[in-house]
Amino acid sequence: MDLIQKKLLEQVAGLHEIPEGAYNIRANGEKLGRNTTANIDIVSKTDKDGIDIIIKPGTVNESVHIPVLLSQSGLQECVYNDFYIGEGADVTIVAGCGIHNCGVDTSKHDGIHTFYLEKNARVRYIERHYGEGDGNGENIMNPQTIVHLKEGAYMEMETTQIKGIDSTVRVTQGDLAEGASLEIREKIMTHGKQYAKTDFRVDINGDNSSVNLISRSVAKGESKQEFFSIINGNAACAGHSECDAIIMDDACVTASPQLTANNIDANLIHEAAIGKIAGEQLIKLMTLGLTEKEAEEQIINGFLK
Amino acid sequence: MLELKNITYEVEDNQDNKEILKDISLTIGDHFVAVTGPNGGGKSTLAKIIAGIIKPTSGQILLDGEDITELDITERAKHGISYAFQQPVHFKGLTVKDLITIAAGKPMTVSEICDILSEVGLCAREYVDREINSSLSGGELKRIEIAMITARGTKLSIFDEPEAGIDLWSFNSLIRVFEKMRDEINGTILIISHQERILDIADKIVVIADGQVRTVGTKEEVLPELLNTAETCRTLTDKM
Repeated sequence: MDLIQKKLLEQVAGLHEIPEGAYNIRANGEKLGRNTTANIDIVSKTDKDGIDIIIKPGTVNESVHIPVLLSQSGLQECVYNDFYIGEGADVTIVAGCGIHNCGVDTSKHDGIHTFYLEKNARVRYIERHYGEGDGNGENIMNPQTIVHLKEGAYMEMETTQIKGIDSTVRVTQGDLAEGASLEIREKIMTHGKQYAKTDFRVDINGDNSSVNLISRSVAKGESKQEFFSIINGNAACAGHSECDAIIMDDACVTASPQLTANNIDANLIHEAAIGKIAGEQLIKLMTLGLTEKEAEEQIINGFLK
Repeated sequence: MLELKNITYEVEDNQDNKEILKDISLTIGDHFVAVTGPNGGGKSTLAKIIAGIIKPTSGQILLDGEDITELDITERAKHGISYAFQQPVHFKGLTVKDLITIAAGKPMTVSEICDILSEVGLCAREYVDREINSSLSGGELKRIEIAMITARGTKLSIFDEPEAGIDLWSFNSLIRVFEKMRDEINGTILIISHQERILDIADKIVVIADGQVRTVGTKEEVLPELLNTAETCRTLTDKM
């Protein structure tokens, strides 16, 4: 691993070195390293680019890291990763993509992640996206996450895109069986002329299942963000989505939530708020001795924390 | 010592100029000063003018002899002015710990934050990581607002109606916070209040009504008059 790749790895996976436990590191379209454990197997796909991650039933307190690094300008790839989580397993999965583009060509990573959670499986899924570069090449990422939750399964998903991605279309789809629950928290900050779109669609099919989607974003400069969410309540279930955006400068934010209840006992809520930083928040922090710019930074950092 | 010289504040109201503050001159040098008077009389406007949130139309503000009239909010804060809002502001994502740390202007240990929070009657363990949002009650938000001022420990601390928006039960314990602050804190405390119990512990009371200073004096001088001359509602007296 060279220095650039090490830095990307730290940004997307919080890792300084090769992680413990199971991992698969992909750099510039090649397998850079892989480790499997007694309970977690990682197998390369033969029909297309990507891997299968197979976690045995009952596996607990284990983690899988699958970072993707792109440091070769102009590299474009589409990767399929499938996760099979056995019954009763409880694991943490850290994925992420870091792009360093120092050329003039567009670098692009499209990752399609499909999760199959068996009964009562639990997954904490963390995904980070980061881009940097000193050239004029664009960094594009289009992550797709598809989750299938069987009875009693639980998945918590945390996605963060703070810096350097010029264009992203993030698609998340899910279906939930009885007693399953899905929590998604996304944090996005865009600046310059960046574009970010969130497209969320979930079918809540089982009784006593629930979905909670929380999106917080900051749009600066001339960036553009779009938030679409569709929640279909097909059973006695609970669905909640919340989209909260701070708009600055000449940015543009669209929030378009859609709720459909197909069952009398479906309880669905959406909250959306778009606005600039409240003047009184700035004033409060300025009375504590911060300049207006420092106050703004504190408010944004807190908001996206 | 804070000196206000001929402070006037006008706003445009249906193309007419309306005077909110009319030529206010006041010297505040005592330890614990209470400002009182009818609602709409200009008390909060005056506090905001001192903190730099509102610029006066004319007049001069001196802090320890230095003219601070042209300084902005941040510069006044750095000069030693603190201002507790009447309605505390909510912050999504910022915690009690974050705000106390910003207020103190230096990294704070949990035990230092604990000391400050216990001063205002909050148990630190329950509160340090709480977000400053509507999950906190009015009384809790007020206490955190006050804690930020004590964390700063500046030479002038302004409190704008600390009793507003909280229940009587919470207020009774809040009074003790101010009694303690009066005994322990150096510098000047300027507190806008309608509460007799606050006026009762003040070294000096300033009555502001209709944009003007009506009376200034000790509680012995001001309180009896204030309590006797409370205007009676004419409709009510007519009925009686």
